Amino acid sequence: MELISTPLHALAHARSGDKGNRLNIALVCRHPALFPVLAAELTADVVAEIFRARAPSRVVRYELPRLSAFNFVLDDVLDGGVNASLGLDGHGKTLSFLLLAASVPVPKAVLDAIAGESPAASPISTRHPQNPGGPR
Amino acid sequence: MVTQVRIGAAAGFAGDRSDSAGPVIEALAQHDGPRFLIFETLAERTLALAQIDRIANPARGEVPALERLLRPALGDAARHGIRIIGNFGAANPRAAAAKIRGWAAEAGYPRLKIAVVEGDDLLGLMSPAEFAACESDGTVLARAPEIIAANAYLGAGPIAEALSRGADIVVTGRVADPALVLGPLIHSFGWAWDDWDRLAAGILAGHLLECGSQVTGGYFADPGVKDVPGMDRIGYPIAEVEADGSFVVTKPDGTGGLVDRRTVTEQILYEIHDPAAYLTPDVVLDLTEVEIEQVGPDRVRVTGARGHPLPPTLKATICVDGGHLAEAEISYAGPNAGARAKLAIETVQRRMRRYHPALAIRVDLIGAVSVFGDSAGSGVTGIAWDKLPTDLRIRFAAESDDRAAAECLLDEVEALYCAGPAGGGGVRRRLTPRLRSASCLVARDRVTPSVSFLEGMG
Repeated sequence: MELISTPLHALAHARSGDKGNRLNIALVCRHPALFPVLAAELTADVVAEIFRARAPSRVVRYELPRLSAFNFVLDDVLDGGVNASLGLDGHGKTLSFLLLAASVPVPKAVLDAIAGESPAASPISTRHPQNPGGPR
Repeated sequence: MVTQVRIGAAAGFAGDRSDSAGPVIEALAQHDGPRFLIFETLAERTLALAQIDRIANPARGEVPALERLLRPALGDAARHGIRIIGNFGAANPRAAAAKIRGWAAEAGYPRLKIAVVEGDDLLGLMSPAEFAACESDGTVLARAPEIIAANAYLGAGPIAEALSRGADIVVTGRVADPALVLGPLIHSFGWAWDDWDRLAAGILAGHLLECGSQVTGGYFADPGVKDVPGMDRIGYPIAEVEADGSFVVTKPDGTGGLVDRRTVTEQILYEIHDPAAYLTPDVVLDLTEVEIEQVGPDRVRVTGARGHPLPPTLKATICVDGGHLAEAEISYAGPNAGARAKLAIETVQRRMRRYHPALAIRVDLIGAVSVFGDSAGSGVTGIAWDKLPTDLRIRFAAESDDRAAAECLLDEVEALYCAGPAGGGGVRRRLTPRLRSASCLVARDRVTPSVSFLEGMG
């Protein structure tokens, strides 16, 4: 099975939310066929590694197959949260794109099947000239 | 019997756009039946800042954006019989109501019934030790001598009661944000307080509306990947809710933004932890069986919310003094900018170690490593200084209970103008008082919500 390393930005979209020092990132697959692929590849451990510089004390992944989505909850990654952080983005609003910058291996057959659907429905944008390169 | 209720949202936070209510009111006005407009304006620290305002002046303590957000909408909403619910009362719902009455009179509606929901303010009702004993997820309160604000999240009950007693406008302080929507639904449909699935559906509708445009294309656009039309005139959301709790999320015709599966899915999970157990004062929402379906242009149908019995305690947010946040920035650009920026950082760090060795200083290099850096801000230590862009901005930040120490950092950065490396420019400095917040789980019998009407209006 041929695997192609693909940036998450081309496979999914994401939104960050915060509560105190806890960050959640909703990751939504652009196509239902990608859900099982990401379910296998993007484990809580993998996400913890992507956020290693922020030393999460715990990462939990919740699965929402009906929405083709995952909810990642990362504890203690916001430097105390918006009322305590010395950083510019105490909410962690920008961090959904730290996740989307990472790449995962995807079977070529899945990418081909999705790309073969009508262009309007295609989840894979052709406008990804290069991935700036995430932590992985 | 009411078969459908329409609820629009005009604000998702205190800094939201003030021209968003107009198109929502116009859209609601084209329909009969119960129609409501909500304003969610109360972030955690907004309420504590309002409490400080109120202590300084008893006639204040509402959300400062109240007039900017609500006043333009008052007359139009009243003319069309659209009732308004907002948590813009903050630390002083009664003062907010008095102001609203004045603006309503000026708009030609002196007889609007304005209800005040109180009872969320726990300051003085519980001792600091009692708060510290029920703090969840932390130990902020054990170390804090003085509590600035302590507010429980009230549920939908008092809002529904106010509406049932004829309120045209309901002014609250701290309530659970989605209760702003669940309240009018319970009032309109008469849902029972143990009809968990319907309560959960109302909470889900509220959860999707409470951040305003975040469900209609805001916080979403990613050009070429997720395009959103008309970002400069995004339409704010409207939920069309059926008696069984299912609902359609849409937005006013002719506005920008979009409502589709993607915008709704992102917002369903916004600020959620366990999707099977989203705790609110009235019900525990379970999102795991939720289904969404695009049923028309900018129309998404949401079904399948499940509810479980309400939690035994109420959440309260407690705010305490958090010292001072000092932030200062300076720019270096052109040939050798990286080396000059590095020298500036080292200079400030050496001088601060000399004068305030205990003060932790965070350094960011905006454009190179800032928001993606690690929590301690030590991202700049591993940086390749010779491979940086040549237009750099350094940001220094520190926090201290000692105002002089915090200000010293600002002075040191400003002194780089003359005494730092060549070509440093554009210093900006800011000292901000901080509030630290903690969450408590409070026994329900410690919280007594109340509904009243402004004098002469009951």
